[in-house]
Amino acid sequence: MTTTVPRTSARVSEAGGAAARGPGRRRRHPDRPPYEAEPGPVAKTAKTTALTLIVLAVLVPLWTVVVTSLSTQAAINDAGGLVLVPGELTFKAYTDIIAGGVVTRAVGVSVFVTAVGTALSLAVAILTAYGLSRPGSLGHRPILFMLLITMFFGAGMIPTYLVVAGLGLIDSLWALILPTAVSAFNILIMRNFFTNIDRGILDSARIDGASEWRILGQIVLPLSKAVIAVVGLFYGVAYWNAFFNAVLYINDSAKWPLQLVLRSYVLQGQAVPGTTFDPSSLDGGQTAGLAIQMAVVVLAMVPVLIVYPFVQRHFSSGVMIGAIKG
Amino acid sequence: MTAAPQAARRRERVAAPAPEARPSPRRKRPFLSRLREDYPLLLMCAPVVILLAVFMYAPMLGNVIAWMDYSPYVGILGSDFVGWWNFQRVVADPRFWHAVTNTLIITGFQLLFFFPVPIAMAILLNSVLTRRVRTVIQSIVYLPHFFSWVIVVSIFQQILGGAGLVNQFLRSRGLEAVEVMTNPDTFLLLITSQQVWKDAGWGMIVFLAALSTVDRSQYEAAAVDGAGAWRRIWHVTLPALRPVIILLLILRLGDALTVGFEQLILQRDAVGAGAAEVLDTFVYYSGIVYGDWSYAAAAGLIKGTVSLILVLGANKIAHVFGEAGVYQR
Repeated sequence: MTTTVPRTSARVSEAGGAAARGPGRRRRHPDRPPYEAEPGPVAKTAKTTALTLIVLAVLVPLWTVVVTSLSTQAAINDAGGLVLVPGELTFKAYTDIIAGGVVTRAVGVSVFVTAVGTALSLAVAILTAYGLSRPGSLGHRPILFMLLITMFFGAGMIPTYLVVAGLGLIDSLWALILPTAVSAFNILIMRNFFTNIDRGILDSARIDGASEWRILGQIVLPLSKAVIAVVGLFYGVAYWNAFFNAVLYINDSAKWPLQLVLRSYVLQGQAVPGTTFDPSSLDGGQTAGLAIQMAVVVLAMVPVLIVYPFVQRHFSSGVMIGAIKG
Repeated sequence: MTAAPQAARRRERVAAPAPEARPSPRRKRPFLSRLREDYPLLLMCAPVVILLAVFMYAPMLGNVIAWMDYSPYVGILGSDFVGWWNFQRVVADPRFWHAVTNTLIITGFQLLFFFPVPIAMAILLNSVLTRRVRTVIQSIVYLPHFFSWVIVVSIFQQILGGAGLVNQFLRSRGLEAVEVMTNPDTFLLLITSQQVWKDAGWGMIVFLAALSTVDRSQYEAAAVDGAGAWRRIWHVTLPALRPVIILLLILRLGDALTVGFEQLILQRDAVGAGAAEVLDTFVYYSGIVYGDWSYAAAAGLIKGTVSLILVLGANKIAHVFGEAGVYQR
């Protein structure tokens, strides 16, 4: 891991030269500071093993889930459960799911809730963060305070349920969006980003006669793509993964999001009530339907896996900017 | 809309006699003039105020049902006040105290066995010199944080469950299968390892950020003074992480009565209420499942109030120790 080819020749001659000359010695890593001794073989092995194990612990489960969802029933039976080494692959599980209709409908619900919810939450967050970002503006303190309180004291599950029920939102997809639309944490991340934008630019725009809306749209937003991407991912993931709100507010299984179908199929091993598509009855045998169960797991992971690589590089810059300062 | 602030500014410039007459212009200006200039900002905050009012503050007021004998058929207005009766019932209920005990045990266990993991991982990863390798590892270990609890529990079920990968392997070797997913005795270990798998990588991000700001000359100075690699970790790295560690400890202590609700409710059926009943699941079952609304609201309110006191108290302690805490005074 530490024996990569040195990139800069200058540093090699300075830091690694002496070590590299010695007989049987390893080359020094170009980034290794001069005061630090080259780790011995034991330390090096321990470190490499630890890191490899950590990475494998994440990747192996995901790998088996994906491979199993693509495997034939015969391959699953041979493996006696999850498939580690891919043999013959098939998309049968996925075509079965689509034919069943239940999962397709659930995906539709989840996509709707995620898309609409994220758009709404992001819009509210951007507006609020900008509205609160100018020091000394009228009324920003009480509103900020109102937002901060929600981080320390929750309203409680029962009264929230009664409000949602009182608004007639039970069995409405809006119940999955509106109660969780505001996240004080995300808004504060954004507000911190906005307040760190150079005030000079904003002031000069103001003197040139730009309205606050225009400043937000044409100056602040283009400068804030990283934080918007990251906060958007946070919101999107939260909506996509939300499961308990659906347990609370959605009784009608036709409106279940994917996470609830997943729980029903995989954890409770049963069909979604009111449907005829039962994953455990397919194909017969002890591990029947495992491919289908894993296919639903994969479906629930796919959106995250698609978006993640694009947003991931903004994490440290986007999240860390004052996330802690509050 | 574009002209309004500008016009306000112009008028103001004429009205002001001399710059030194109003040293802090923003404070001294009359309310109406400030409103004229700032109303777009207020308008932008309107959606959040409405959403908070309806879904946060109205429910906070709705907690009055904890003092009522609430019945969904007559609503809040028609229900009778019963004083502290519900609270007395909650405090006298052994199931409530059982949930409290479970919650605290789980929090304590995770504090011991989950909390240090991200710190150790951050220090380990920080010692990897190759940037490329570090970035790749980082993006891999962050990933599980973005999967739902249903997915995480499903994956654990498939690997550790009765018909899972591990047991298939054990059986094929003629060994006894171990039932992990439904065993109350090892439940603590199970949920903590799930949490480690899901969130340890993500928890690392704060510590890595703190480590990236450490001045390298400190390490050099320590090395010159004869400190080995471990002593440098002890005397330079860990002190650099201290504020973050304390901050996260405070946040965790404030959340002491909240443990992964979704994670537990998913597995409560398999393990039973004995091991998996925590305060949140207790409130859920007594209120929404069994319909004792006022009772559940009282239990939830006790939890919320104690949590608030814990956060404020922990923060106070942090201030005493000279750390920044969550908010400044």
